Amino acid sequence: MNFVLTPEQEDIRKMVREFAEKSVAPTAAERDEKELFPRNIFDQMGELGIFGLPYPEEYGGAGSDFVSYAIAVEEISRVCGSTGIGLSVHVSLCAWPIFKYGTEEQKQKYLRPLAEGTKLGAFGLTEPNAGTDAAAGSTIAVKDGDSYIINGSKVFNTNGGEAEIEVIFAATDKAAGLKGLSAFIVEKDTPGFRFGKKEVKMGIRSSVQRELIFENCRVPAANMLGKEGEGFKIAMTTLDGGRIGVAAQSVGIAQGALEAAIKYSKERIQFGKPIAANQAISFMLADMATKVDAARLLTYRAAYHKSHHISYAKEAAMAKMFASDAAMSVTTDAVQIFGGYGYSREYPVERMMRDAKITQIYEGTNQAMRMVVSGSILR
Amino acid sequence: MEIIVCVKQVPDTTEVKIDPVTNTLIRQGVPSIVNPFDKNAIEAALQLKEAYGGKVTVLSMGPPQAKDALKECLAMGADAAILISDRAFGGSDTLATSYTLAAAIRKLGAYDIILYGKQAIDGDTAQVGPETAEHLGIAQVTYASKIEVTDSLATIEREHEEGYEVIEVKLPAVVTIIKTLNYEPRYPTVKGTMKANRAEIPVWTAADLTVKAERLGLTGSPTQVRKIFTPPRRVQGVLIQKDTAREAVADLLQRLSDAKIV
Repeated sequence: MNFVLTPEQEDIRKMVREFAEKSVAPTAAERDEKELFPRNIFDQMGELGIFGLPYPEEYGGAGSDFVSYAIAVEEISRVCGSTGIGLSVHVSLCAWPIFKYGTEEQKQKYLRPLAEGTKLGAFGLTEPNAGTDAAAGSTIAVKDGDSYIINGSKVFNTNGGEAEIEVIFAATDKAAGLKGLSAFIVEKDTPGFRFGKKEVKMGIRSSVQRELIFENCRVPAANMLGKEGEGFKIAMTTLDGGRIGVAAQSVGIAQGALEAAIKYSKERIQFGKPIAANQAISFMLADMATKVDAARLLTYRAAYHKSHHISYAKEAAMAKMFASDAAMSVTTDAVQIFGGYGYSREYPVERMMRDAKITQIYEGTNQAMRMVVSGSILR
Repeated sequence: MEIIVCVKQVPDTTEVKIDPVTNTLIRQGVPSIVNPFDKNAIEAALQLKEAYGGKVTVLSMGPPQAKDALKECLAMGADAAILISDRAFGGSDTLATSYTLAAAIRKLGAYDIILYGKQAIDGDTAQVGPETAEHLGIAQVTYASKIEVTDSLATIEREHEEGYEVIEVKLPAVVTIIKTLNYEPRYPTVKGTMKANRAEIPVWTAADLTVKAERLGLTGSPTQVRKIFTPPRRVQGVLIQKDTAREAVADLLQRLSDAKIV
């Protein structure tokens, strides 16, 4: 057993960290405050090849692996959770199902620009009445000659309105339930496809979530991903991988908060000594560091499984629920260690705490994660 | 065009601590980085290559771990890297270093331009680049912020405090680069990083170079460090700001008079 990253993974961490610290961190607080989506940062990540990390070179990727990808999401999230989730959604939820289920033509047309970073991707499954119960959606796609006509809407669509490529789900046979769902690749400027409300949120405020509206939106049948009726399977396997991204985002947010808390507790003098000299604080830091490490190991294990084609649904769910709970607890403790200053927007830990909350909710709530894990161990 | 860049691996001075007793750097546990000005030189080299074609070769003289610095240069986009490393080079001052680098450059053969950062942030001498030019018998331009090339002639902007000079120089030449927005170092890409990770970096020892043993390392270094100390802190100057020059001069005279200087 080997707990050491490969030299390649270490170098990728160093490279992404340099970019994150110099080009993502400086604007994180302002983007959070003003809800600004940083398209320029996403373009830069694309140019640097971060979007293509786990995909083969024949599709414009770098030919690395999912551990390197998880490290990239972690490093970006360490300074900005909002940018981290945008990256994760692009790579795991949009590029991956095209890589896994797409035809060669679809891969060249859509995966290549996603991996090369010339286009941004998104994933549309959730509807107002279909959250955890993903198959309860009311978006429908009706075949008409060489195309499908899509009607309905999606909500909370991360990167929505910014992304040029959306992987979305619609019922092609409503009566068939789970087996009646199909997946489609929809381009941003397709007639009949527009964007509705932009969510105003507690955290990840510089990430964008919009409503997608389809009104008689005609999509070529060639843009169906997989076969008719395979949508639910595609959505669920895609989300299994997405959870590795959310877990990595959680680890990154928690790591950022831990580092801030360690630094502050060594500098903040009360009663004539740094507050870190109090066992009450140092033991909190010890617990925080342990949670971050455990979360990281679970996350890398799931990513390793995915890279090596070992089943990872249970591992990804464990990593996601543990890491997101760790992120919530570590960021809350970081705010506590900062005291009044932690609650102030002058310091980054309150932003990290607000960003952490969503990791327990999206890409499968932590309650749904427990359904996945218990379902797997009780089988 | 054949472009050579010489880089140095230095301790990250933002992380460095000084031993209060000996006044020397505590190097233990301090991360090593590519000397920041050398990264500007790498960027200049890559831009020259992009504009005029050719190849960028990076040289570094240092211990085996200096390979990490060379890897970073490869990740930024340099084509080849060579480490010049031998126990015999240990303790080199700037003269022995430039002598050794010049020998390595001669071994490389053809070159059009040799770039350096203006100085290293640890020693701060700014001597190795100019000395290399002397060893090779070629021209040198220091503190450059912009290089353009036509045929075998380079037009270089050379910065100083009041502005910049424009200098024409016949190639080959040694040019030292300052920190400038023209040559803001690019980020390494994922593909560059992965390629650099897999790259084999050749190591040249003293035996690979045409050099005289007595000019290498400590024996070849006339510089002797007697003592390292922190210079006394200079008292900060006073800025006199008044609405008019007349008032400012009056204020200055009053102060000088109070201090019994005039």
